Amino acid sequence: MLELQGIAVSPGVAIGQALVFDREGYRITRCLVAVGEDEREWSRLVEAVRKADEKLELSRVSATTKLGERLGGIFSAQQQVLRDPHLQSELESLIRKKTYSAEYAVSEVFTKYAAAFRKSTSTFLSERAADVRDVERLLLESLTDQPMATLKTLPHEAIVVSHDLTPGETAGFDPEKVLGICTEVGGSGGHTAIVARGMEIPAVVGVGNFLHNIRSGDEVIVDGHLGRIIVSPDDATREHYQKRRLYRESIATKLQEIRDLPACTSDGVRIELMANVEFPNEAASCIARGADGVGLYRTEFLYLGHDQEPTEEEHYQAYAQVVRDMQNRPVVIRTLDLGADKMGMTKLTEPENNPFLGLRSIRLSLRNPALFRVQARAILRAACLGDVRVMFPMITTLDELRSARFLLRSVSEDLAAEGKHIQCHVQVGMMVEVPAAVLMLDRFIDEIDFVSIGTNDLTQYTLAVDRSNDSVADLYQACDPAVLRLIQRTLQVASEKKKSTSVCGEMSTNPAYALLLVGMGIRTLSLAPAAIPILKKAIRSVTIGQCEAMAWRALRLSTAREVDAFLMNQLAGLVPEIVLQA
Amino acid sequence: MRPADKLVRAASGFQCQIELERAGQIADCRSILSLLTLGATQGSELLLRAQGPDAEKAIQAISIMFEQQFDEANVESNT
Repeated sequence: MLELQGIAVSPGVAIGQALVFDREGYRITRCLVAVGEDEREWSRLVEAVRKADEKLELSRVSATTKLGERLGGIFSAQQQVLRDPHLQSELESLIRKKTYSAEYAVSEVFTKYAAAFRKSTSTFLSERAADVRDVERLLLESLTDQPMATLKTLPHEAIVVSHDLTPGETAGFDPEKVLGICTEVGGSGGHTAIVARGMEIPAVVGVGNFLHNIRSGDEVIVDGHLGRIIVSPDDATREHYQKRRLYRESIATKLQEIRDLPACTSDGVRIELMANVEFPNEAASCIARGADGVGLYRTEFLYLGHDQEPTEEEHYQAYAQVVRDMQNRPVVIRTLDLGADKMGMTKLTEPENNPFLGLRSIRLSLRNPALFRVQARAILRAACLGDVRVMFPMITTLDELRSARFLLRSVSEDLAAEGKHIQCHVQVGMMVEVPAAVLMLDRFIDEIDFVSIGTNDLTQYTLAVDRSNDSVADLYQACDPAVLRLIQRTLQVASEKKKSTSVCGEMSTNPAYALLLVGMGIRTLSLAPAAIPILKKAIRSVTIGQCEAMAWRALRLSTAREVDAFLMNQLAGLVPEIVLQA
Repeated sequence: MRPADKLVRAASGFQCQIELERAGQIADCRSILSLLTLGATQGSELLLRAQGPDAEKAIQAISIMFEQQFDEANVESNT
C-alpha cells in the first residue's frame, strides 16, 4: 500500500483500476517491480516479443501475397527490429539490473532509438523513427493484451493517472468511464480541476512524481476530500473508504430532502445559491441540486478539444440549451476567458514568460474582436430565451470595460439592423479578480449592473502565487486577510450604489468560507453544482447573526492560517453534521 | 530498411563478428537498429570488417550483396 498527498480539487471518493497515461496519450508504464520479480517480467517480455513477431509474420505474409514482396519487406524489417540482439540485451539489462517493468523498459529503449533517428539529418532515417514506434506500440499491446487506450475511448471504467492533462484531453473525457483523476502536477484553479468538478469526478492533482510507483491495473483510491491517493490499498483501508462512501451516500439522501427548500438562514435571510457550469448538459444537474440559477457559465469549453473555432450557431446552441433548461432562472454568461492555462486549438498568443500576466481573458478578446463578436452575437440572441446576463472577466482598467461594452453595443446594433430578434436590456457585469479593479471600483461601478468576485484569480493576483505551481501552492489561500479585505472593500463600494455582488470563485465550495462571505454581506454565491446541497444545509443551520459574528472575528485575524483554523472550528460548532462528512 | 534487413539476415549466418564503420561510428551487422543508427544512405562510404573463423567468407558474401545493391531493382536507399 502506498499513500500520497496531493491537492484535493474535486470532492468525492473513487475506488477503481488505474489507467496510466503518458504525454502521447497512451498508457505509460514507468514502473519498477519488486526485486525478485525480474524473472517474471523478463518472461512476460519474451512472450510479448513472440506474440508481436507472430502478428508481424501474419502481416508480412498477407502483404506479400496481396501487394508484393517489397511491401511485405516492411514487416520483415520490423520483425528484424524485434529480434535485434542489441535491443534484447538492453531490455534484459533494464529489467534484470534496474528492475524496470517490461512496459517501462520497452518504452525507455524505443524512445531512445526513435529520438536518435529523429535527430538524423537524413529524411530516410528520420522516417524510420515512425517504424520503430510502430514496433514499440505492437510490443506494448502484446504486453498488456489490449489495444492502446486513448482518453476519448477508455476500454473500461478507470481512474485516469497522468503527469498532466491538457484542456483538450479533459474536454474529451467520457464521464461514464472516468471514475477519478489523479495528476502529478496542477493546482486547484487549473483546468483539470475545473473540468473534474464540472463532471463531478473526484480528483487529486499536484501529487508530485509518483508515476514510477504505479502501473495500469493497480487498484487506486482517489480521496477528493482530503487530497489523498492510495495505491494498492490494504483490506482495512479499502473497507474504511467503502464505509465512508456509504455514509456519504446516506448524507446525500438527507440533503436531497431539502432540495426544493430555499437557502435561507434559520432567521429567514435568503441566500441565492447559483451554479458554476462549464458544459451545457450540466444545467440538468443544477436543477437536480436545487440551484437558483447559473452564476458563472464558462464558455471556454467551446474552444477546447475542438479542431476548429466554434461558429456563432454552435455558441448559440450551447447557450440556448442552458437558458432553456434553467427555466427562467438567471444565467450569467462569462465571455471568453481563454489564455494562460486555457488555450484552444487556434494559437492566439505567442509563448509568454508570464502567461497569467499576459494576453489572456478580456485582453485576448479585445485584441481579437472578430472572435469576441461571434460570441457576443450568440449571447444576445440567446438572451431572448430567458434571463441572460453578460459578464466580462479580468477587467483591470476602465478602458477595458468601456471597450468591451462598446463592442457589445455595436454587435447589438448590427443584430437589430439585420432584423434579428434580440433582447435590448441585457444586464452587464464585471468580474472583480484583479486588485486594481477593487481599488478603482468606485469609478467602474456606475457603468455596470452587477459585480461578481472571482476569488480564484483575485487570490492569485493579490498574493502573487501561481496556483498551479506546487512549490508555492500552499501560499494560495482564499481566506488570506488581504483577500478578505479586498472582498470587503468591493462589497462596500457596490452596496453604496445598490449594485448586487456575488462571489463565483471556488472559495465558497468550503461551507466555512461561504458562511464567512455571508457574514460579510454577500447574498449570492455561485459554486459547483455538486457543492450546493451541503452549503444549503449549512446556511439553513445558522442565523445571520452567527455569520456576522464569525466575519467580525475573522476580519480581525492576521494570517490565513488563523482565519482558516477559526472558520473550521466555527463550522464544527455550528453545523457539526457536515464536518463529519469530510 | 529492406537492405538493412537483408544484411542482418546474411550476417547472422556467419559465426564471425561483422562490423560496418562509417565516419568513425561502428555498427554491429547483426543488429538492425545499430545499422540504422549509422545513418548511411546510398553513396555513403563504408568500411566492412570481420573477425572470427569464417571472416573471409563473410566479407566476400557481404561485399557481393553491396555490389548487387541488395537485389533492389530500384534502390532508394541505404547501406
